[in-house]
Amino acid sequence: MNKTDSNNRIGAAVGASSAAAPRTAPAGSPRGGMGGPMGGPPGMLRGGEKAKNFKATMVGLANYLRPYWIKIVVVIVFAIASTVFAIVSPKIMGKMTDQLVTDVVNQMAYDQIISKLPTGMTIPAGTTGADLIKFAPPALVQQIPAAKLEQIISLDMSHRPEIDWKALDAIALTLVGLFLLSAGFSYLQGWIMTDVTQKVTYNMRKEISEKINRIPLKYFDTRTFGDVLSRVTNDVDTISQSLNQSLTQIITSIVTILGILIMMLSISWQMTLVALIALPLSFGIIALIVNKSQRYFKSQQEVLGKINGHIEEMYAGHTIVKVFNGERRSLDIFDTTNTALYANAWKSQFFSSLMWPIMNFIGNLDYVGVAIVGGYLAVNKSVTIGDISAFIQYVRQFNQPIIQTANIANVLQSTAAAAERVFEFLAESEEVAETETPVQLAQVKGNVEFDHVVFGYEPDTKVIKDFTATIKQGQRVAIVGPTGAGKTTMVNLLMRFYDVSAGAIRIDGIDIREFSRGDFRRLFGMVLQDTWLFNGTIRENLLYGKHDATESEVEEVARAAHVDHFVHSLPNGYDMVINEEADNISQGEKQLLTIARAMIANPPMLILDEATSNVDTRTEVLIQHAMEKLMQGRTSFVIAHRLSTIRDADVILVMRDGNIVEQGTHVELLALNGFYANLYSSQFTDVDLVELG
Amino acid sequence: MKQLLKYLRPYWFQIVAAIALIYLQVMTDLALPAYMSRIINEGIVGQDNSVIMAIGGQMLLVTLFGAVATIVAGYLAARISTGVARDLRSATFSKITSYSLTEFDKFSTSSLITRSTNDIQQIQMVVFIVLRMVASAPIMGIGAVLKAQQTAPSMSWMILLAVAIIFCLITTIFIVALPKFNQLQKLIDKLNLVARENLTGLRVIRAFTNEKHEEKKFAKANADLMQVNLFVNRLMVIMQPIMMLLLNITTLGIIWVGAKYIDIGGLKIGDMLAFMQYAMQIIMSFLMLSIVFIMLPRATVSVSRVAEVLDSEPEIHDPPEPKSYVEDNKGKIEFKEVTFSYPDSDAPVIRNVSFVAEPGETTAIIGSTGSGKSTLINLIPRFYDASSGQILVDDLDVKEVKQEDLRAKLGYVPQKVVLFSGTVSSNIKYGAPDVTSEAVAKAAKIAQASSFIGALPDKYRSKIAQGGSNVSGGQKQRLAIARAIVRKPEIYIFDDSFSALDFKTDAALRQALANETKGATVLLVTQRISTALQADKIVVMDEGKVMGIGTHQLLLKICPVYKEIAMSQLSEQELIDSMPGGKQSV
Repeated sequence: MNKTDSNNRIGAAVGASSAAAPRTAPAGSPRGGMGGPMGGPPGMLRGGEKAKNFKATMVGLANYLRPYWIKIVVVIVFAIASTVFAIVSPKIMGKMTDQLVTDVVNQMAYDQIISKLPTGMTIPAGTTGADLIKFAPPALVQQIPAAKLEQIISLDMSHRPEIDWKALDAIALTLVGLFLLSAGFSYLQGWIMTDVTQKVTYNMRKEISEKINRIPLKYFDTRTFGDVLSRVTNDVDTISQSLNQSLTQIITSIVTILGILIMMLSISWQMTLVALIALPLSFGIIALIVNKSQRYFKSQQEVLGKINGHIEEMYAGHTIVKVFNGERRSLDIFDTTNTALYANAWKSQFFSSLMWPIMNFIGNLDYVGVAIVGGYLAVNKSVTIGDISAFIQYVRQFNQPIIQTANIANVLQSTAAAAERVFEFLAESEEVAETETPVQLAQVKGNVEFDHVVFGYEPDTKVIKDFTATIKQGQRVAIVGPTGAGKTTMVNLLMRFYDVSAGAIRIDGIDIREFSRGDFRRLFGMVLQDTWLFNGTIRENLLYGKHDATESEVEEVARAAHVDHFVHSLPNGYDMVINEEADNISQGEKQLLTIARAMIANPPMLILDEATSNVDTRTEVLIQHAMEKLMQGRTSFVIAHRLSTIRDADVILVMRDGNIVEQGTHVELLALNGFYANLYSSQFTDVDLVELG
Repeated sequence: MKQLLKYLRPYWFQIVAAIALIYLQVMTDLALPAYMSRIINEGIVGQDNSVIMAIGGQMLLVTLFGAVATIVAGYLAARISTGVARDLRSATFSKITSYSLTEFDKFSTSSLITRSTNDIQQIQMVVFIVLRMVASAPIMGIGAVLKAQQTAPSMSWMILLAVAIIFCLITTIFIVALPKFNQLQKLIDKLNLVARENLTGLRVIRAFTNEKHEEKKFAKANADLMQVNLFVNRLMVIMQPIMMLLLNITTLGIIWVGAKYIDIGGLKIGDMLAFMQYAMQIIMSFLMLSIVFIMLPRATVSVSRVAEVLDSEPEIHDPPEPKSYVEDNKGKIEFKEVTFSYPDSDAPVIRNVSFVAEPGETTAIIGSTGSGKSTLINLIPRFYDASSGQILVDDLDVKEVKQEDLRAKLGYVPQKVVLFSGTVSSNIKYGAPDVTSEAVAKAAKIAQASSFIGALPDKYRSKIAQGGSNVSGGQKQRLAIARAIVRKPEIYIFDDSFSALDFKTDAALRQALANETKGATVLLVTQRISTALQADKIVVMDEGKVMGIGTHQLLLKICPVYKEIAMSQLSEQELIDSMPGGKQSV
């Protein structure tokens, strides 16, 4: 006897399933990761940091998207289309079941009536149920429910009603078409957006990489490389991911909410009202959970950072912990932090897991509410049963986009924070602009003149106060001073990593600022203790200063710099790849390579840093020889540690607290009996002093 | 996995309770469709609001019950997963703390860090997800299959078909995507490497005017990454529309095929609708399981990595019956024919070394890089154990006493200085936690650190960043020296500890130190001949062997290796001067 009720069950079933189904499909993430490190609250609950200037950052981000505006418009249109088709299809699927149910119910009604009639009775064409009811006893008619009666009245009783396959197929085909369209648009939209996102990401990274090379070294006085590195990778990644997902999510969520709202209102405003009453409740509960969860998540991350820091420190300093019997102390700190971590972690985990069951419960609350109101309205005939079932489907679909929209605000915030960091870096002031008309010298002799040079890393604290010196071509300058006296300041000024605050440095009489930076820096060969080699072959590293050097040039220099011998003992020789940490060759070998690298570049002037430690004595001798060869005929500035180098220098610059306090030859300076003489005498034991006398 | 089970065992009751609750939750989920249709059938169609109220009330009770079960299950899962993580983390940390350097070498420090942090986090997450999802998906799946089978056995093949198609799709996508994911990770690493090189080599790059060259390198890495990213993302964006399409088509298919069965009288409409609901539940369970199966292999990797740590026993441990030192012994060190080779290496780094370092004396150990000086020193605090031979401290073999007692005698300054985050004072005090601030200040003064500490804004309370990154190399060394001094140890071990100091500071420090270390045994590892020069005894090492023991003057005469080192570092004049009789000749 079930007839119309089945109709509605279809509706409810279809609605519930198709609403939940598509959203739970695994979202493709390029990292395919298991999510965050802590497995704490997913997405929205993870309250990210906030941008200082949200609006300006978003405008900046929009500027990056501007070149792709046509594609983005297409994406928006496709996303809307895909969503609209998705919203419309359940209603049409409801019609299909309606059709099926009506046909089947008619069959059942027919069978029932026919079974009450005498067998063999023929019914003329055009006879309706109403015609038959006239003959039925009133008592029996009264037993038939009103809704059923209506149906029977119009039923053609001349033959058994058949399922209208044509109509069913037509609706099914329409639906298949809609499904395909929705999926197709959704995929195209995703494809195009991926394209846009990847290109924006590419450009952003490219800009950062170019910026790195234009930013003054000063920038890194206060920041770590890791900071910039995380902007190149993590921050750009965050931007890329949220562009890829959030933009379309915003659109689909809003369209879904609006679409469903329209559909619901078109059915009944009273029911819509009831359905929406739960909305503030949902929002309130979301806010409450998010708030709680975020608090615990944040403190969990803090404690986690603390415990990871402790682990890192204790492992890295393992020998120290052991030798100072610090194990117990280390474990005590660990246990306290671990307990605190647990207290925060489980709460964070728990609160984030609350969301789903609570939202589900509210959804069911909504369902019952709508059923009750719908029931009242159905009695008044202001809505049909089909309407109610359709309505219930839409109610079921309503929660998801709302949670998503609530999430979007958070995603946008963390995107803005990431974008802001990227923009901040890109907006950093760059090295002073190059001169428009750079000098070009065919031949540089290597006369260096410091003319009343004033310099400070900070504008108001001058480290070099007023320094004047003339170094003739081919002379050797030793820079000496205690640790931290600012010997690298000289390197920074000579290489024009920093510009002088006042005065001038001249090469062959020309202010170094008259050169283009590139041309100028090529005049100097630089061999520092901090030997930088990149992940590549030895040959590539040697050619770094002169990419077009010939094979014979390289080998000749390699022999002169004592590189050839040890390279031949390495696997693959010159083609051996220096690994990422550059630790597959020794410190001494690295230094020899950097000397050879400078030799191949063949600059007229040199800046050298003498090795002090970490090199064994034999290699040290080799390095010394190689450096000697390199310095021949070149104006050289040597950060000197060896007594012999200092004594043999043409000019000694004595540095103290960043300033150049004395200059002259060894003999002159000793005679001065000032800081140098003091430094010199304290460096050497009485044995050495005897020699001085 | 065995290890993980061991750590799950204390929570067995909670786990059983959680699974029972999840079972209840699934049962309510499976029951809901029936309530929903009854509301419509009996309430709305029957136009009876009291029925709607009654059944609605029941349904709300059921969902409330389900929600409470889910919440409590979530609570238990959160407690279990974070509890297991806490226990594992604690066990791993204390295990690693007990490790000797051998185990640190075996695993590498960075790997141990990852194992104690990330891997355990992964395990925590997986335990949580397994409890929440893996537990519910099979129950839900099996429950739905049973109900589906009951309601419309003739249509079961449709579910099978849909699941098969989804299975094929996921497998195909992952077979295509997986190698690309690996490639993606490599390209990200490459991009990172290029960027990092660009940053660390900033000076050199600019010195050689190679900015353009670097930009090209970066651009290539960037473009490669973009290409693979495009491919992977385009592949992944297909997932959602296809899943959606599949689910919708399945629903439609059930109605369409169902209509045929209904027409021939093999199926009732109501059953078809219930079947549809169950089909969706089955497919969802399957999807959830497939996600878990993608995650599980990674988790097993984490579990085995942590288990490896927990299963490794430190090679060096205290003797079962430790001897103890006699009070008035003063720190004599004796090496008796000590040979040492690193594990997994045949060639000994130390060969047959014997010497004695007496209290009140300074013994210098000199030799080139790789001569085994530092290794030799590392045997004293038992960072490693000698392969053969004996090391005696105050006449007791280092293996016969408690490590703690042995180390209490030592003031060790490592080659590579390690400071801990905290303050200047807390770092110096690390040597002796209970000393007064006067003692700290005194140690700092001897170590020539008081002047720079005095210049710091908060003096002894100034913050030291992790790894001591906010103080210079020379300052770090001086703090490390102060840390050793503050212990007032019987034995001082300086492993090339003055390398970052300039000559002036070096000289001042050693003078101050000479007073402090009077009566103690001082071991000094160095490459500088000027440092070794004044020692009472110099041990010359080359290729792991002792090449000579004696004073500077003696060694210059009898030890060719020493002479070679001396000649490479001192000028001819200095060499002559340092010889006996050389002085007089001036």
